[in-house]
Amino acid sequence: MSIQARDAGLARATHAETRAIEARDLVKTYPKEIRALDGLSFTVAEGTVFGLLGPNGAGKSTTVKILTTLAQADSGSAAVAGLDVHAQAAAVRRAIGVVAQRSGADPTATGRENLLLSGRIQGLRGRDLARRADELLARFDLADAAGRMVRTYSGGMQRRLDVAMGLIHRPRVLFLDEPTAGLDPESRSAMWDEIARLSAGEGLTILLTTHYLEEADRLASQLAIVERGRVVASGSPDELKARLHGDTVQVELAFPGDPAELDAVLRQVPAVREVSVSGTQLSARADDGATAVPALLTALERGGVAVHGITAARPSLDDVYLRYAGRRFAEAQESAALSSPPAPSPSGGTR
Amino acid sequence: MTAIAAHTTWMTQRQLKALARQPAYLIITIIQPVIWLFLFGSLFRKVAELPDFGAPSYLDYLVPGVVVMSALSTSMWSGMTVLEEIERGIMDRFLVLPLHRSAIINASVVMQALTTAIQSFIIVGLGLAAGARYPGGAIGLIVLLVVSVLVAVVFSALSNTIGMLARQRETIIGLSVFLLLPLTFLSSAFMAPALMPHWMQVVADCNPVNWALEAARAALSTAPDWGRVFAQGGGLLVLAVAVTALSVLTFRAYQKSV
Repeated sequence: MSIQARDAGLARATHAETRAIEARDLVKTYPKEIRALDGLSFTVAEGTVFGLLGPNGAGKSTTVKILTTLAQADSGSAAVAGLDVHAQAAAVRRAIGVVAQRSGADPTATGRENLLLSGRIQGLRGRDLARRADELLARFDLADAAGRMVRTYSGGMQRRLDVAMGLIHRPRVLFLDEPTAGLDPESRSAMWDEIARLSAGEGLTILLTTHYLEEADRLASQLAIVERGRVVASGSPDELKARLHGDTVQVELAFPGDPAELDAVLRQVPAVREVSVSGTQLSARADDGATAVPALLTALERGGVAVHGITAARPSLDDVYLRYAGRRFAEAQESAALSSPPAPSPSGGTR
Repeated sequence: MTAIAAHTTWMTQRQLKALARQPAYLIITIIQPVIWLFLFGSLFRKVAELPDFGAPSYLDYLVPGVVVMSALSTSMWSGMTVLEEIERGIMDRFLVLPLHRSAIINASVVMQALTTAIQSFIIVGLGLAAGARYPGGAIGLIVLLVVSVLVAVVFSALSNTIGMLARQRETIIGLSVFLLLPLTFLSSAFMAPALMPHWMQVVADCNPVNWALEAARAALSTAPDWGRVFAQGGGLLVLAVAVTALSVLTFRAYQKSV
């Protein structure tokens, strides 16, 4: 377990009863029978970074819209910072910061003006507001561009401004809906550093949605995998991977193998299980990939099976996704891209 | 209530700043009425000589017409801004802030009313410089200003409503182009109602643009008929409140569709 994850675990223990976000059985159906959420539930402990991972169209954005009071669920309930999102919407809006998928900054206003207006609406005034705005502009490396119209900003600058706007009133819970979608690799990794810093330094609870496995793995201390409007698995990235029981061992055979024959050969190797063969690809699970590899190679050699290559890897979130959603993540993305209409209504965005 | 006022002020300031940063648009907004004033003023100069026209000079008659037409033509585009803000996600961002809902949608109407007031002021001044006379004096001019602002409120709120319902630029563009000339010419903007065909007079009686003009002309005359001013102006005020309420309701519906 990494130090960061252990810290998160500690934070969870001390705030065991404080839940920053609680979503219970959320259902949301859009016109034309699009069931965006189908009984989605999860809880987020205070001070953690929680990731909602899923392909486009899985219901991540709809969840964020409901939790941030923008949309209403058909049924189910949700509380953010201990406040009911429906009954106490106004109070929720003061407790949260929201960075939506689409920027939302006014392109005809300067960066500073956008920031000041958000702050004013959140109740900050005068010198306090000016100081907080300057602090955020400096922190997000926007001080030099503060007086320029947002229209002239690059994608990365605009995203940083969005986050700054979400933080102006020191919210208790920050929502980041696909914070790095559409960013170039450099801006993306800068944004990752910033998000990691936010969660470490300020005790802020962050809910992050993403369709990047790597992003979820790197930033989130707890994850929920969302598939077709439901949570199909949740836990820390490490826990989720550990539940797959071991490492993945991939063997590339020289010739397509006979599954029954290979099974007989490999039954003598206690370190591996769940052997499956498809053409020249043999995959298996092992508690410890490093010790399983030599044993596996020896058994195959004895059985007269020629091998081209072998790799052992820690399970990735993609393996986790495959296990719980029944398909590879990239496949899910592709089918989402194919089935969703090319241009949703202006308000629709990605659901 | 004070919170609504404060929120509306911030949201209006934001839009005014954006407007001020588009000098080309500002200049066109000011120049267009000037063109109308001098184009129609020269073209129809002889109309005032017709019997039954009832005004000493056509320019005197034209100034209120151009003021109200300008109010109409600029305010009908208001929905474009609303639509753009929905598309850009700006609207959704405001909706997750602790901001009064009506302030979000009404700010564009307030901004339209302010720009119309300034525009009207400029047109009246230019008319004066060109030799127009306003027998009703300052009070008559204030009535003209008020009714032009009300016309702006009615049509910007209407445009916002249509923008939120149709969610298409083309609808707003089409409707603005379609409505501007009929609404203007089916009123006393350029021609005395007494000289209109009967059916046009009937239609004009139902045209809010005409209500504004009738109220303004009555107030600007040498012997104002205040009953007429309040009847026509009152009708316009009721309509302005109703359309604004409708746009707020449509806005609620928009929130539900998010």
